[in-house]
Amino acid sequence: MTEPLLKVTGLCKSYAGRIAVDGVSFTVASGQTLGLIGPNGAGKSTTVSMLCGLLKPDRGEIMLDGQAVNHGNSAAKHKIGLVPQELALYDELPARENLKLFGALYGLSGDLLKQRCQAALELVTLGDRADDKPSTFSGGMKRRLNIAAALLHDPQLLILDEPTVGVDPQSRNAIFDSLETLKRQGRSLIYTSHYMEEVERLADHIVIIDHGKVVANETPEELYRRLPSQAALSVELGDIEAASLDALLERVKSRPGVSAVNTVGNSLRIALGAADEALPMLEWLTAQGCRPRHFSTARTDLEEIFLTLTGHSLRD
Amino acid sequence: MSSLTALKAIVRKDLILFLSDRRALLITLVLPILLGTFFGYLFGGSGVTKNARIDVGLVMIDDSDIGKNIAAGLKADKSISILELKLEEAQEQVRKGKLHAAIVIPAGFGAAAGAALFSSRDKPEITVYYDPSQNALLAVVKGLLTQQVMQTVSAEMFGGKTGMRFIEDSIKQSEQRAANDPDAAELNKFLQSLRRFQGRTQGSGAAANAASPTAQNVPQGLSMPFATREEAMSSGPKYNGYAHSFAGMSVQFILMMGIDAGIGILLARRMGLWSRLLAAPITTSTLLLARAISCALIAFGLLCCTFLFAVLVFEVKIAGSLPGFLGVGACFAVMTATFGLLIAAYGKTPEAARGLAVFATLLMVMLGGAWVPAFLFPQWLQTISLGLPTRWAVDGLDAMTWRGLDFSAAVPAMLVQLGFAALFGVIALRKFQRDQS
Repeated sequence: MTEPLLKVTGLCKSYAGRIAVDGVSFTVASGQTLGLIGPNGAGKSTTVSMLCGLLKPDRGEIMLDGQAVNHGNSAAKHKIGLVPQELALYDELPARENLKLFGALYGLSGDLLKQRCQAALELVTLGDRADDKPSTFSGGMKRRLNIAAALLHDPQLLILDEPTVGVDPQSRNAIFDSLETLKRQGRSLIYTSHYMEEVERLADHIVIIDHGKVVANETPEELYRRLPSQAALSVELGDIEAASLDALLERVKSRPGVSAVNTVGNSLRIALGAADEALPMLEWLTAQGCRPRHFSTARTDLEEIFLTLTGHSLRD
Repeated sequence: MSSLTALKAIVRKDLILFLSDRRALLITLVLPILLGTFFGYLFGGSGVTKNARIDVGLVMIDDSDIGKNIAAGLKADKSISILELKLEEAQEQVRKGKLHAAIVIPAGFGAAAGAALFSSRDKPEITVYYDPSQNALLAVVKGLLTQQVMQTVSAEMFGGKTGMRFIEDSIKQSEQRAANDPDAAELNKFLQSLRRFQGRTQGSGAAANAASPTAQNVPQGLSMPFATREEAMSSGPKYNGYAHSFAGMSVQFILMMGIDAGIGILLARRMGLWSRLLAAPITTSTLLLARAISCALIAFGLLCCTFLFAVLVFEVKIAGSLPGFLGVGACFAVMTATFGLLIAAYGKTPEAARGLAVFATLLMVMLGGAWVPAFLFPQWLQTISLGLPTRWAVDGLDAMTWRGLDFSAAVPAMLVQLGFAALFGVIALRKFQRDQS
């Protein structure tokens, strides 16, 4: 079995007695995309800071391609590209100059630096704005430039800390196109986000952190299997008496494959064990004399899993 | 090699950012020039302007010859400008600050002053009203007044008609008292001698006046027993007030730029840029060194530009050692850069750090003699100010400009700047490293 590109073991970090990260362990294989998710204050950013060598762990170990990652290890840092949550750009420095700076920080210079800057700008579709200042860019363009700045030194592992915060759907899509290109090129990614659909779209493996601890470390398929339901069927009924609705509810609950059911006004919301059980359920309801005005089905998403694992309480 | 590439890139970035902000650049350059020009003008300009005269009101209530001669003497003095006024007008103008002082020569002053010259009793009073904001000028006015009164009264007593009458009267009085009072007998002898002396001097004076009309101008009374010869002592061609004011204002605004550099680091930390830079394979010390180098280069450039203006427009001369001037400037620039790092290291937020740093800087600049020369301070304050890098910077620049001293005079200033730079730099680096861990 080949060694993973990144191996994180028992990572711990406390701030003034408050535990931020508590024994976090995971691995990232070469070419794999890891989704790192968790509520606010779960310990994601602290974990990312330690992965980049910006913070020294209290305990634990981070090995990247066989080398320990820490603040003093330049060789390990050369293999990591960081896309921080903040827009780490100089607003009054033209886009190309920004990239030249970040490339030079990794020892690039001369023609190689110029080529890398041009390639990165084109990857994020900013080639035609290379000489403009980021202060004139939209939020989405800045986000793309933020990503480009992390690619110049051709890192083995790209860490993206919520890279789509505050951008419109078009820009988000453009960012995803760029990331999917990188993924196809075989680059390893760690992607943190609050948007579960983003992680679902990109990640081969998902780590959910809560209260500084790993609460799930699985593939998306494995996570879905944790759920009691795989699909949700919503059925809006015509005029129906409350007593009849209650009776219907009890009969639906007793049907095989139904994991949960509740009512919202005149609508039934039925959680099903599998998506292909939705049609037979509709046929059964019709046979019971119901006349659905409107119905819809949806696959249960990662958000449901996330909320199931981390709870619904606010974390501000 | 990789660190050097990174270091050069950060320095280059800082310089591009500084130069691309045209408005800030203009302000950074224009403000020290404007204030330097203003203070330079106040402190004597380039040495060609005449000193301002002291405006003094004169209220003449006495109509004696002595009073008239005192007024004429005061009016002839080039260091004061006399305006004859009524008492109420004089008081009002001094109160409003339009006159620095007003002298009131009371009625009967001439006669009373003559009598008081040979007796400590019944001295007439000259009232001097003065503007309390111009305390220092009071002493000057009193000094000039003393000179004029002593000269005029003694001349009158030893040779004038009033003096003759006074001596005749005094001889008669002393003769009456001489029988009972031995002191009166001695005074009588002295007055007899004085009368004989007056007779001779009047005879020879009349002859001399006939021979030479200018001899009439020679004071016949007590005169100042010395004359002064003023000579400015500096190795340079002449004192130029702009040299000091531009040194002071350059020091002030370059330190302000240093604050901005420190605040820039705090803002970079807040925006996540600092962490992003440190995520690259460079050390904290490399990053700080790069910031210090760029800040020092900017500071040195600003100093040179500001002084270039002073040289071209106000004829300020680097009358001492040019390498010494550049050395003091460079060392001050390095000190400024590390001062900025210190602010960044200990500043909690950019806003709070700016307020505190500006206050500290203004204090350092003020006590360092950048606004008014340090020699005007009380001695204890002058001693304390030697503990500030700003004092050494201003003195060092003064030494190399208008004082015209050689390179050796710049060395202490340079060493002190470098000492402070090392101190600030080490403290800042340790704090950054502690925060990092």
